[in-house]
Amino acid sequence: MKKVLVLGATSAIAQATVRLLAARGASLYLVGRNVENLDAVAKDAATRGAAKVESKALDLNDFSAHEALVDGAFQALGGLDGVVLAHGVLGDQTEAQRSWAATEAVLRTNFLSAVSLLTALANRFEAQKAGTLVVISSVAGDRGRQSNYVYGASKGALNVFLQGLRNRLAKSNVAVVTVKPGFVDTPMTAHIPKNKLFASPEKVARGLLSAADGRKNEVYVPGIWALIMLIIKSIPESVFKKLKL
Amino acid sequence: MKAQESWGRYPRVEQRTHALTWRSDALPEVSGAVLPHGLGRSYGDSCLNGGGTLLMTSGLDRLIAFDAATGVVRCEAGVSLDTLLRLAVPRGWFLPVTPGTKYVTVGGAIANDVHGKNHHRGGTFGRYVRRFELLRSDGSRRVCAPDENPDWYGATIGGLGLTGLVTWAEVQLKPISNPFVLQETVPFGNLDEFLVVARESEADHEFTMAWVDCLARGRKLGRGLLYRGNFAPPQFDRLPLAKSHLSHGMGLAVPMDMPAFCLNRLSVSAFNWLYFHRQNGKPKQRLTHYDPFFYPLDAIYGWNRIYGRRGFLQFQCVVPYATARDALREILERSSRGALPSFLSVLKTFGDIPSPGWLSFPRQGVTLAMDFANRGEKTYRLVEDLDKLTREAGGAVYPAKDARMSPESFAAYFPRHSEFAGYIDPAFSSSFWRRMNPVALPFSLESERKGGAAAPQSLLALR
Ligand SMILES: Cc1cc2nc3c(=O)[nH]c(=O)nc-3n(C[C@H](O)[C@H](O)[C@H](O)COP(=O)(O)OP(=O)(O)OC[C@H]3O[C@@H](n4cnc5c(N)ncnc54)[C@H](O)[C@@H]3O)c2cc1C
Repeated sequence: MKKVLVLGATSAIAQATVRLLAARGASLYLVGRNVENLDAVAKDAATRGAAKVESKALDLNDFSAHEALVDGAFQALGGLDGVVLAHGVLGDQTEAQRSWAATEAVLRTNFLSAVSLLTALANRFEAQKAGTLVVISSVAGDRGRQSNYVYGASKGALNVFLQGLRNRLAKSNVAVVTVKPGFVDTPMTAHIPKNKLFASPEKVARGLLSAADGRKNEVYVPGIWALIMLIIKSIPESVFKKLKL
Repeated sequence: MKAQESWGRYPRVEQRTHALTWRSDALPEVSGAVLPHGLGRSYGDSCLNGGGTLLMTSGLDRLIAFDAATGVVRCEAGVSLDTLLRLAVPRGWFLPVTPGTKYVTVGGAIANDVHGKNHHRGGTFGRYVRRFELLRSDGSRRVCAPDENPDWYGATIGGLGLTGLVTWAEVQLKPISNPFVLQETVPFGNLDEFLVVARESEADHEFTMAWVDCLARGRKLGRGLLYRGNFAPPQFDRLPLAKSHLSHGMGLAVPMDMPAFCLNRLSVSAFNWLYFHRQNGKPKQRLTHYDPFFYPLDAIYGWNRIYGRRGFLQFQCVVPYATARDALREILERSSRGALPSFLSVLKTFGDIPSPGWLSFPRQGVTLAMDFANRGEKTYRLVEDLDKLTREAGGAVYPAKDARMSPESFAAYFPRHSEFAGYIDPAFSSSFWRRMNPVALPFSLESERKGGAAAPQSLLALR
């Protein structure tokens, strides 16, 4: 990935990924909501050695802006060969259970906006017969749990969408990489007490990039989550529904 | 509340933490006093805030700009010196002043106005800080520079994190032509010899510092090895610069708290004897990478755990040349008689280059730093005695390394402290500052140390 569009560039995992890409001398088109924070990330990337850094402040929940955004990124960098889709919200499960509006907000940001963006991007990449689409999903999408099934559903739906997209684009030499981090120590999880399973954004970013380099399909980062989710997924539903997870 | 340690792991206090993420964000609204916290490489209680909140700056770690032509770097305050070296060395620049570890933040280096092995040539870190932004709890932001808000500039450099949060800073680096240092090791037989070699070395060497054998007594009191060096002349192409970090990862790590019996008088004295006699009394020259030259201790990650759970106390003083010989003899003698003499002791000289910071520690004279394993009361009394001796000699003790100096000493060492006090942010305080200004303390220090200090709000009434 030499010319990369990063969606949700101010998120902790995206920032760490941007640093690694910048150190490789990549050109970057960064998208985030907050102008000042986005500018801080862009300057950091430029100082760390990115060949070129452009940024655009945009709320990705505005679907009508997506086509123009993708156009702009292609133009600014003179083409694109990589995308890191990193925007997303954790939401509040209890709030979501009370209100459809809260549920819809999570689904819109995590699933629908990703689908809208990937639709525009996939068509371009398919036509150019090259590129890597990296999407940050979550282990939460592997199985619905009472503690965060709305977030989990948004990621689960995303996973299925990506599977189909991967299947469709395989013949066009476009890689679709689903990255499933476990717990990551970021501002998004600042309120949750940390344990040994929490990984740093840097560690997740390294796993993400090596998956992208290797054009992998679905990866768990850190790898231990493959095992954990294997166990979680293999619990029979009749038992699982009684667990407090 | 959780225990957050300083590098010396003494004292232990309980406090909350709040992670900062963006430099444009306002300070968090928390009850009780706040204090910025960098990488916690200060030894005593100056980076602690018992009963209050530490503002963790590790998220403020973005670079903002680097001009490879002028060597001016601008970055957020939580950026580590390690990060700056990784950026600058391959492009032919180095830190103008660096402490003995690269795991400190730019904010921490400013707040303690740190010094390095080149004080006689370069002065302190603060002299190279061109500008910084100071964020106060009233929401105000001031750009501070020698000619812009100079009073805030002077109060904040060496200001122990009390004047507000430094969000970003601009630092002038200095050019180098390769990452290697031409180093010479010169043995000296006692303190008098040190004073002679050290002065001599200053003329031709940018970097000097000496290891002292704190167990040597009598005629050998103050014997040790002086290290001096200069960046090697340009004799390579750019390759060594570009590859300058390849071979230096994290070396050894101390995996756990070491049991106390590992460090005793016998093991320390055996180590010191071997170390001193390693080079059979002759000066030795060699070319060395900057990393082991400036940061020998960084190769052992978490070395502070060697001292075990109870931690250790560092004591660093500076005494003027006029009183140096007698005062240092007395200090060395006292400490060699102590419960457990210092394992690692460093002597060096400070030049007369003034610091911009009002509360800066370095001043002309000889500085001695010693580590003492924490053996409770005996150790505290020893360090307090050394504080007294320093004061009598007209010297000063370094707050960044201190856990026991008396309020009277602090006032004597830092004559501008009352002027400084007017610049402290009303929402900021530290365990160190309350220890130095105990009069207004609304609760006892002991209860603060045990945690659960009940009335953080009242900290605001402290000054
Ligand atoms: C092995 C070793 C060797 C050392 N050698 C030397 C040496 O040679 N010379 C020397 O001078 N020191 C030396 N030190 C001490 C060290 O350089 C200082 O204590 C330094 O200030 C630590 O920086 P830090 O980032 O860890 O800050 P901390 O220790 O976490 O904090 C230090 C102070 O900085 C303040 N602070 C931190 N960030 C900010 C900010 N953004 N805005 C305002 N205030 C802030 C804190 O409130 C606190 O008062 C050494 C320490 C070690 C462990």
